[in-house]
Amino acid sequence: MEQFKKRQFLSSQIDLSKFNADSFKKATDEEKKQQDVMGESTTFFKDGMKRLRKNPLAMGSIIVLLLLIVTIFVAPMICPYKYSDFTTVNGRRDGTATNLAPFEYSEREMQYMDKTGKDLFPHICGTDNLGRDYFIRVIYGTRVSLAVGFVSAFMVLIIGLIYGAIAGYFGGTIDLVMMRIVDIIYSLPDMLIIILLSVVLTQRLEPMLAGTILAKLGTNMISMFLVFALLYWVGMARLIRGQILAIKNNEYVLAARCIGTKNSRILRKHILPNCLSVIIITTALQVPSAIFTESYLSFLGLGIAAPLPSLGNLANDARSSIMSYPERLVVPAVVICLIVLALNLIGDGLRDAFDSKLN
Amino acid sequence: MIYTLKRVLLAIVSIAIVSAITFFAMEMVPGGPFNKEKATDPATLKKLEERYDLDKPILVQYGKYMAKFCKGDLGVSLKTGREIAPDLMQKFKISAVLGACAAIIAIIAGIVLGSIAALNRNKLPDRLIVFFTTLGTAMPSFVLATLLLWFFCQELNLIPAWSKDSPNYVLPIIALCVYPMAYITRLTKTSMLDVLGQDFIRTAKAKGVRKNKIIYVHALKNALIPVITYVGPMVAYILTGSMVVENIFTIGGLGTAFVTAIVNQDYTMIMAITIFLAILMVVANLITDIVYKMVDPRIEFN
Repeated sequence: MEQFKKRQFLSSQIDLSKFNADSFKKATDEEKKQQDVMGESTTFFKDGMKRLRKNPLAMGSIIVLLLLIVTIFVAPMICPYKYSDFTTVNGRRDGTATNLAPFEYSEREMQYMDKTGKDLFPHICGTDNLGRDYFIRVIYGTRVSLAVGFVSAFMVLIIGLIYGAIAGYFGGTIDLVMMRIVDIIYSLPDMLIIILLSVVLTQRLEPMLAGTILAKLGTNMISMFLVFALLYWVGMARLIRGQILAIKNNEYVLAARCIGTKNSRILRKHILPNCLSVIIITTALQVPSAIFTESYLSFLGLGIAAPLPSLGNLANDARSSIMSYPERLVVPAVVICLIVLALNLIGDGLRDAFDSKLN
Repeated sequence: MIYTLKRVLLAIVSIAIVSAITFFAMEMVPGGPFNKEKATDPATLKKLEERYDLDKPILVQYGKYMAKFCKGDLGVSLKTGREIAPDLMQKFKISAVLGACAAIIAIIAGIVLGSIAALNRNKLPDRLIVFFTTLGTAMPSFVLATLLLWFFCQELNLIPAWSKDSPNYVLPIIALCVYPMAYITRLTKTSMLDVLGQDFIRTAKAKGVRKNKIIYVHALKNALIPVITYVGPMVAYILTGSMVVENIFTIGGLGTAFVTAIVNQDYTMIMAITIFLAILMVVANLITDIVYKMVDPRIEFN
């Protein structure tokens, strides 16, 4: 009963009996800090990465991919064989070293090892019908395939980004004309054009490149880059234009324009960072699709050509001897699947991590 | 209506561009069709070039070719000297059977699997389907085709390899339909999940509509709309994919003919097949877009 007298029921009056003089002292800095509930500030990129790290599939894929990349750089240093050289023993071509099974030595290699007591490096995946070490060929094939994937994705990114940014930012007639061109290229059957152009370009580029550094890379590879860059940028350009159209009507862009910021700065500082998620995701998914197409073309004999190995043409060569040596198809096939699978999963993981709309 | 007209116009433009690219690209390739190991005598060469109009300016050649093409005259193969049109039709029949079967199986199986995955989300069937579709989209068709051929024809001897007398389409169809099937499964699953979370489904449930009716009448109908968009790209995939698959199973269809023509530098044949395939793909895309718009009037194109 006494309680009710002191303080009326449901009243908001503070019950002063609970407090003493100490309660009214000024808070120290330390105490103030305790009240600070703000988390550490994160950037967009850090935030996405944090989410990506929680995705076991994507992280596993990244590890697999990194292991593959390390292997393709380290293996050629350790392994004494070359992708285009026939197996030699003591500097002479070893004719008996053809079609070896994995970890098998040829007769001459065995004689050599018996004589000198030295161990020769094993043929991890055997040798092919010409006596070339198959393991190192697969390694170089993986290099070629990955290079095609990453370089063409990069080129697509650059072209698509610039084109899409210009069209989206300036709008009006420029946008209309630029997007009509994109529409037309987009409606072309890309695979047919790629096949045609890769056939033609390879033949045309050969004399043009002779003697330059690029010739070392191989005309097939250059023409493949060009063809992908010429056709696949349209998808990227469309996406980026759409993003920019959505972003440029935001208030902060208007504010920036009001204080007289230059166009290029608005694009760089305000618009591009906000399209970053779309750019990252699309580029990541571009890589496996380029690798897919490259291996497909090489398999048909229209892409990377001998003596340069690619996973596609290795698989094609293995086809004729599949009855006796199935492992020669299985090895490059597994590597292609592994690369494409890992890249796809990373792409999906990035999409989940960076696309805030999905969460 | 305006949209349809625009789309048709775009389709015609892109066919014209493809044919022009093909024609000029073929001109750029060094080495003519009559350059053999044995040198042809110059007089004969000139006669041959006159006969096939190869001595005229290139634009004239292109114009003449397109005029003939529209009349259905595809010319003669530079390699075999036979008429292309009947040859092409006969080969197209084989490829069409293969492609149509693969497309139908891919669509039906994809929709069924996708719906199962969506309805059993995060349960065992869903996990299995997701696992196999991820694998299916990562495996190039040529790897799958070669492995199938090796395993079923060579190791198990279950299915005889393809021959003209005993055509067995089972393996080629499997090889061709796995990728589009996996893709459609994923597409159906995401759009089904999207639809199942919407208000009208909840309303239907609240009204006491039976579960089957909700799934088949309300959810599936709406979930299939995004799947329609994939039909166009799928036709393109199957047409190009059949080049590899036909090659592996040694089926004498359009795909094999195309690859052979490129290797042989058979200009007229390459032209004919490219333009033919391009028309198929562009028309498939056109129909897809128009149907999509008709099915779902909410979609606005600019």
